[in-house]
Amino acid sequence: MATLTYRDALNQALREEMARDPDVFLMGEEVGVYQGAYKVSRGLLEEFGPNRVVDTPITELGFAGVGVGAAMVGLRPIIEFMTWNFALLAIDQIVNSAAKMRYMSGGQVGVPIVFRGPAGAALQLGAQHSQSFEAMYAHIPGLKVVMPATPADAKGLLKSAIRDDDPIVFMEGEMLYNVKGEVPEGEHLVPIGKADLKRTGEQVTLICYSKTVAQCLKAAEALESDGISADVLDLRTIRPLDLEAIFASVGKTHRAVVVEEGWSFAGAGAQVVDEIQRTVFDELDAPVLRVTGADVPMPYNKQLEKAAKVSPEKIVGAVKKVLYLE
Amino acid sequence: MATTKPARRTDTKLAERYREYLRQMLLIRRFEEKAGEAYSLGKIGGFCHLYIGQEAVGVGCLSQLRPDDYITTTYRDHGQALARGVSARAVMAELFGKATGCSHGKGGSMHLFDAPRGLLGGHGIVGGHIPLATGIGFAIKYREQDRVSVCFFGEAAVNNGAFHEALNMAGVWKLPCIFICENNRYGMGTALDRATATWNISERAASYDMSREVVDGQDLSEVMAAMDRAVVRARRPAAPTLLEIRTYRFVGHSMSDPIHGHYRTKEEVEAHRKRDPIVIWTERLKAEGVIDDAAYEQMDTAIKAEVQDAYEYADQSPEPAAEELYTDVYAPTQAPAMGVHPSS
Repeated sequence: MATLTYRDALNQALREEMARDPDVFLMGEEVGVYQGAYKVSRGLLEEFGPNRVVDTPITELGFAGVGVGAAMVGLRPIIEFMTWNFALLAIDQIVNSAAKMRYMSGGQVGVPIVFRGPAGAALQLGAQHSQSFEAMYAHIPGLKVVMPATPADAKGLLKSAIRDDDPIVFMEGEMLYNVKGEVPEGEHLVPIGKADLKRTGEQVTLICYSKTVAQCLKAAEALESDGISADVLDLRTIRPLDLEAIFASVGKTHRAVVVEEGWSFAGAGAQVVDEIQRTVFDELDAPVLRVTGADVPMPYNKQLEKAAKVSPEKIVGAVKKVLYLE
Repeated sequence: MATTKPARRTDTKLAERYREYLRQMLLIRRFEEKAGEAYSLGKIGGFCHLYIGQEAVGVGCLSQLRPDDYITTTYRDHGQALARGVSARAVMAELFGKATGCSHGKGGSMHLFDAPRGLLGGHGIVGGHIPLATGIGFAIKYREQDRVSVCFFGEAAVNNGAFHEALNMAGVWKLPCIFICENNRYGMGTALDRATATWNISERAASYDMSREVVDGQDLSEVMAAMDRAVVRARRPAAPTLLEIRTYRFVGHSMSDPIHGHYRTKEEVEAHRKRDPIVIWTERLKAEGVIDDAAYEQMDTAIKAEVQDAYEYADQSPEPAAEELYTDVYAPTQAPAMGVHPSS
């Protein structure tokens, strides 16, 4: 086992997959000479050269489409968006080209592409730079949506994503890049579509992903002193959801809280709640609650931003509600 | 002194090719006429955009390509598909939504695909496929091949951001792309001069450090010559070209738009019909002794039979199986039932 930052784990995944398969290339703003806006691609230009690590003009729609075109004829592009906020400009290529090319062509033309970059809020970046759009992409048939929370999962899932033949939305986090964790040595792949129980307990299931995993683990720690133990289920993939893992945990604990960073209305957590109530309703001893970011554009002010975000305290509050302890 | 006759080219390979181009243009014309009929009979649903009047552009451009070159185009794609060699049967069956269609009934008129022939769609978002063509050009250069990525779009697409971004990257990276603007003067119902600040579209190539030409799209020989120059330029070492090919559609934007609609006068349409690309090419071939009236009639009769056969084939072909609703959402190598939640 090695201890790596989430950033370095991603860097290793990129390096290993580019060395393994000459069809894999990285394209995006500042990925080459600048070493990556968040340094995820540090050293790759020097190792693989400018044909395979390609700096683009500031043209998200254009270079996302370039990636899709290259994938259509069999290359395996990794398209980096500096943040997923800017990828809104590329939505036509992700949704109207990548997601539906295989279907529209009657199975003839696939798009083995990975769109990756940081998603969600950091610290005081303001309304246009703090958004979580996984629900929008998870809504689209033809896409897969992957959101690792830990360095080990980041490396294993990025490697799997690059080898996957479908278009993948891969969402990281600026606040995750410095997180350290243990990463297995050697070839480490994590399957897409499989959740991971990060902590086991009996009284409640905390369903989470990306930045809320650490917050749920903190909440679970705090709840132990009240004699409450929690399953912390890290979804890791939003589309497709690992329904088996969700239902198994809820079948054990009979109570669930779904925790996500983004806005509440039609968030990805809403889909999880629907799946649970539709399929394992009789397992439930309480309604399924959600903890989400506040339903507002992200304010700049430090205290307002804090109030807008999910916290371990809010998660503990929701757990107590489903246990009828309030 | 007797008037000199033009040189006769009846028995050369060139004559064969010239007749083949006529056959292709006539096939497109008769096919599109039949598709229009089929649409009115309810055999074809949704949108149907016909290529009538623009045949020389598709045939002329594609005549200069190799089998391993790549093509992306718009929703007005029947002509390019037929010129690329997709059978009339496969195209008609796709328009009818049948399992035997070139996209297996899942794409429809706007999404004709034939991957082995390098026909990579058939795209419905104006301008949206142009970055794809740049990406294909990127892949060609990445692999150090000498193929060409050809992209057809209408003149209305050049005002779209995707056009600008795609051509800029093709220009800065020197990609083997040929961007073909089929300027038929109308973006749906909006005339060029109402939507576009500069009407000489080819001039935009200067923004992208790219070669350019303006071409009379009703003259097949001019189209072929310009395309030949662009293809030579695109193969090693690669350089992109913007071709502005001026043409005219003799019918409405789609089946729901009458021949001249509110935005073109009957007189204008009729004036343009006088420059029918098929008539222009036929007259030339007749003058050079490559074809005579009887051979032309024979060709047209055979084509009409081919189109009728395609119509019947499409009509009698099976619908896709019910399970096809859920196939090809994801790659078959991946986990099963990806698009289907068990409880939905």
